[in-house]
Amino acid sequence: MGINSLYGPLDPAPDAGYPDAPPRMGFFTDTSVCIGCKACEVACKTWNAIPDDGFNLLGHSYDNTGGLSADSWRHVAFIEQPAVDALAAAGRPEPQFLGMPGTTLPGESVPAGSRTDFRWLMMSNVCKHCTHAGCLDVCPTGSLFRTEFGTVVVQEDICNGCGYCVAACPYGVIDRREDDGRAWKCTLCYDRLGDGLTPACAQACPTESIVFGELSELHARADERVAKLHADGVGSARLYGHDQDDGVGGDGAFFLLLDEPEVYGLPPDPIVTTRDLPDMWKRAGLAALAMAASVAVSFLGRRG
Amino acid sequence: MAEAHPVGFQWVVEAKNRGAKVIHVDPRFSRTSALANTHVPVRAGADIAFLGGIVNYILGNEKDFRDYVLAYTNASMIVSAKYRDTEDLDGLFSGFDPGTNTYDQTSWMYAGSEEHAGDSADSAAGRETASGLRHESHGVPVPADVPRDETLQDPNCVYQILKRHYARYTPEVVEQVCGVPREKFLEVCEAWTANSGRERTTCLVYSVGWTQHSVGVQYIRTGAIIQLLLGNMGRPGGGVLALRGHASIQGSTDIPTLFNLLPGYLPMPHHAQHPTFGEWVDEIRHPGQKGFWANAESYAVSLLKAYFGDAATRDNDWGYGWLPRLTGDHGTYRQALDMIDGKIKGYFLLGQNPAVGSAHGRAQRLGMANLDWLVVRDLYMIESATFWKNGPEVETGEITPESCRTEVFFFPAASHAEKEGTFTQTQRMLQWREKAVEPPGDARSDLWFFYHLGRRLKARLASSPLPRDAAIQNLTWEYGADEPSGERVLQEINGFDLSTGKLLSSFTEMKPDGTTSGGCWIYTGVFADGVNQAARRKPGSEQNWVAPEWGWAWPANRRTLYNRASADPDGKPWSERKKYVWWDPEKGEWTGADVPDFERTKPPTYEPPEGASGVAALSGRDAFIMQGDGKGWLYVPSGLIDGPLPTHYEPAESMVRNPLYGQQANPTRKVYDRDDNPTNPSPPRQHADVFPYVFSTSRLTEHHTAGGMSRQLAYLSELQPEMFVEVSPALAAERGLEHLGWAHIVTARAAIEARVLVTERLTPLRIDGRVVHQLWLPYHWGSEGLVTGDSANDLIGITLDPNVLIQESKVGTCDIQPGRRPVGKALLAYVADYRRRAGLAPGSRPPTVTTKDADGDQ
Repeated sequence: MGINSLYGPLDPAPDAGYPDAPPRMGFFTDTSVCIGCKACEVACKTWNAIPDDGFNLLGHSYDNTGGLSADSWRHVAFIEQPAVDALAAAGRPEPQFLGMPGTTLPGESVPAGSRTDFRWLMMSNVCKHCTHAGCLDVCPTGSLFRTEFGTVVVQEDICNGCGYCVAACPYGVIDRREDDGRAWKCTLCYDRLGDGLTPACAQACPTESIVFGELSELHARADERVAKLHADGVGSARLYGHDQDDGVGGDGAFFLLLDEPEVYGLPPDPIVTTRDLPDMWKRAGLAALAMAASVAVSFLGRRG
Repeated sequence: MAEAHPVGFQWVVEAKNRGAKVIHVDPRFSRTSALANTHVPVRAGADIAFLGGIVNYILGNEKDFRDYVLAYTNASMIVSAKYRDTEDLDGLFSGFDPGTNTYDQTSWMYAGSEEHAGDSADSAAGRETASGLRHESHGVPVPADVPRDETLQDPNCVYQILKRHYARYTPEVVEQVCGVPREKFLEVCEAWTANSGRERTTCLVYSVGWTQHSVGVQYIRTGAIIQLLLGNMGRPGGGVLALRGHASIQGSTDIPTLFNLLPGYLPMPHHAQHPTFGEWVDEIRHPGQKGFWANAESYAVSLLKAYFGDAATRDNDWGYGWLPRLTGDHGTYRQALDMIDGKIKGYFLLGQNPAVGSAHGRAQRLGMANLDWLVVRDLYMIESATFWKNGPEVETGEITPESCRTEVFFFPAASHAEKEGTFTQTQRMLQWREKAVEPPGDARSDLWFFYHLGRRLKARLASSPLPRDAAIQNLTWEYGADEPSGERVLQEINGFDLSTGKLLSSFTEMKPDGTTSGGCWIYTGVFADGVNQAARRKPGSEQNWVAPEWGWAWPANRRTLYNRASADPDGKPWSERKKYVWWDPEKGEWTGADVPDFERTKPPTYEPPEGASGVAALSGRDAFIMQGDGKGWLYVPSGLIDGPLPTHYEPAESMVRNPLYGQQANPTRKVYDRDDNPTNPSPPRQHADVFPYVFSTSRLTEHHTAGGMSRQLAYLSELQPEMFVEVSPALAAERGLEHLGWAHIVTARAAIEARVLVTERLTPLRIDGRVVHQLWLPYHWGSEGLVTGDSANDLIGITLDPNVLIQESKVGTCDIQPGRRPVGKALLAYVADYRRRAGLAPGSRPPTVTTKDADGDQ
């Protein structure tokens, strides 16, 4: 562990002061076997008694949830990727990279030969339960707290609705509910974990796309799965959120993706928003000291 | 499968993770396609051309499992010299009667046994009573001794007939008819054949949308032919598996909710064909025939003893006279039309929502609006209970709430979690489930409802002198006090030895002398040893891999039917890898992981003595023990209304002229030619271009069938909140449709509106040199619930498969236009104008036969 417990590799529960913390628990969501049934969304809402999110046809393929929000703690994204004519793509010259933002949607321009068939990607998204959770760091009331399982939970009876956490989340997960103003998000079913139960979404998932377990075991399972997919010719399989050296110190809920994170609406390089806080405080402290010193000097100067 | 059976699909995902190759053939790219190794888009309604192409590939390349085919199928049997194929007669088989549009099946029979066609020859009557259903668990009668040619060279043997019949179904023709590129088609052929044989087996799984065609039975027949040729029947990992539309649909044919069957596939008596008990039983057992149906009298007497108890005696033919009789077609669609015509006065609906869920919704609703009374039992106020005030016909002025004559009685029903009982799934496995919670308020189980309805009827009729009331008076009706016991019902189904009062352990204990009872002979044994076998829940890790101690499967707890075929003719496993059931010569019995589907001690070498009949006539190699000849049928010599071999016919509504035959559509399909049930024109008739697109309907994961169980729930409604139509970008451009904009879809029956989803999951296909656009609709919406919308089933007309009377609801033709549909009376005028343009004048009746020789309006 570094000197800065707001950044870098860390086991969050002991760091938060649990002396005999149980192993860190989390989700491994394997999108390569997700069938988009949305049982996770329904199970989550049923267990947690979350209100519906409105009856709106969004036209985003079969996604009518839109994203994670105060009223949707699991969200299944559907991405339709058109077939690519490999021959045509191969005949086209590679564009020169000019450092400009692209004009096509992520995942639509495909390197020649890598994929030809139409693809329908599905992914069940959820709160990442970051090792370094910006939401938790900025919460002024202590409503957000780290559990003994290493997860991050909001206590709705303490939340005062300030909304700092909403801006602090690098993934855009936590959200305030419109009617009561309080912040809500996935609790990784904290009220089930205590009784030795599996979180509702993982329990309902028919294809084991959502797997719940000890994070270290999930990492091993995920590595095996990626290796198998690579061996089977699915070269695009990759993990997301598993790396403890990434900007949030790794996620408690990580993913196996079949394309770039941007394709699924995930930030490619998330960084905890409070990473630079110690530095900033240091600078602010220095500035304050300098100010105090100059004030002192000015008084001294007068006498002199 | 992922779309409508996500929980079952976990096993496909697991198989794929273990290396299985998953192929998905479907007009549209669905959630299943997303997970499959290969998706093959195909034109809706062209499946026989596709599968027939595979049959041709197998035969042309000699990829059949020859040892299996010779031993266990009827490939070597010689067919009558009078037989003529569709290849000879431009799409008709021999024996066609243009008067009734059915066949005299005499010429289809095996050589030398033409006279055995018997009552199958009268297939017009068979069509009225959906006689194909009777054969679900057994074949129709054929004689035991059929001439055979084991070399398969005789030009009239089944193998050669099959070869000639499918010779034209080449990869080029498949591409032309189905729109499947030949490379993709050959990929399927190669995968299927490479994964079949001694060492490997392939499973064919279909969802019941496959049956919903005017040639639905023949679709499945084609799949069965392939599976038999490749040796995939009666073996582990093989089979043809139907994924049912919801829980226990298998159970509802075993103990039927069908008009033409009694429990255990005994036919419902017909007033003219079966005037006496003896004639009825002989119709089932066919004296002199091979196989297990020879004991049908025991099953029939035991059923009547279960119904009527002590009142059923030998002197009164076990109460046979009290059973209702068929007089013709009483299928669900005939009933709807009879309601419109005022012939049906009262109706019970239980967990059924025909106003949304059945084809031709308008006919369904107008029929229900013309009853004296209607009883609806459901979880919520569904469209079939409120059509008289909220249905679309109120807006068009066809139903006036104030004067609608139907009195609707709505009863709240208990859901599956609120009552005990069994589900029977596609493997024929019964699984008992407990009641989890009490039903809310006044909601009651269906068992409670019928028990108390029966008690009240019995009390009301107790002193009636009328003969017609004797059936109710004599019915045994003791199932407990207030809440009847489901286990008691299951025990009655299982059956008792009436002399000792003990539960039977097997249907072989049933007797024809009135000393046993049993409500459904194939279910006998579910209470073997007095234990509810369906409630068994022994974990898989504590028993063998077939898991015979989880639940209970009919018959006799067999998990794979006809599993004698998993061993070679000598009784040895085909391979170590696919070892399942085999003959143990030392012990002198059949043994293995499953319950052998064969007489336990009949050796493989057994040859029946001259003149044997019934079970004794089955040789030691007759693996298909319920069939009259003990063989799996590549060719069906008798019993199917529309032909002995599946043939590509276009759907009843198609914009494509049949590329293979002059005969456009199934000539024997059941049609109800009425002005309120018009059919869109197809070639060779003119005006097919008025409805230039193909549409298909099916389900979304997020909703359940007609929506009664899902559109009332916020958590499901928000996931798919609106009726929509999926179109390809090309079709959207052709018709000016915008993503998320409105469109309306029109057929000769109705115009409905939907939001547009433009998606590349739908692909235009090139059929016979032209581009064919297909569009797709979910059918979940109606006028009640949290989310409402127009019903896709309103678009569909009533045209039925002739064998089982199921509707053609998975393919039709339509037009699609941007914008919302007209409302009120303008809607009726709008649809009428389409009919006028399509040449569908009132009273016009299109010809069914369109061969070269027919006098059609070609």
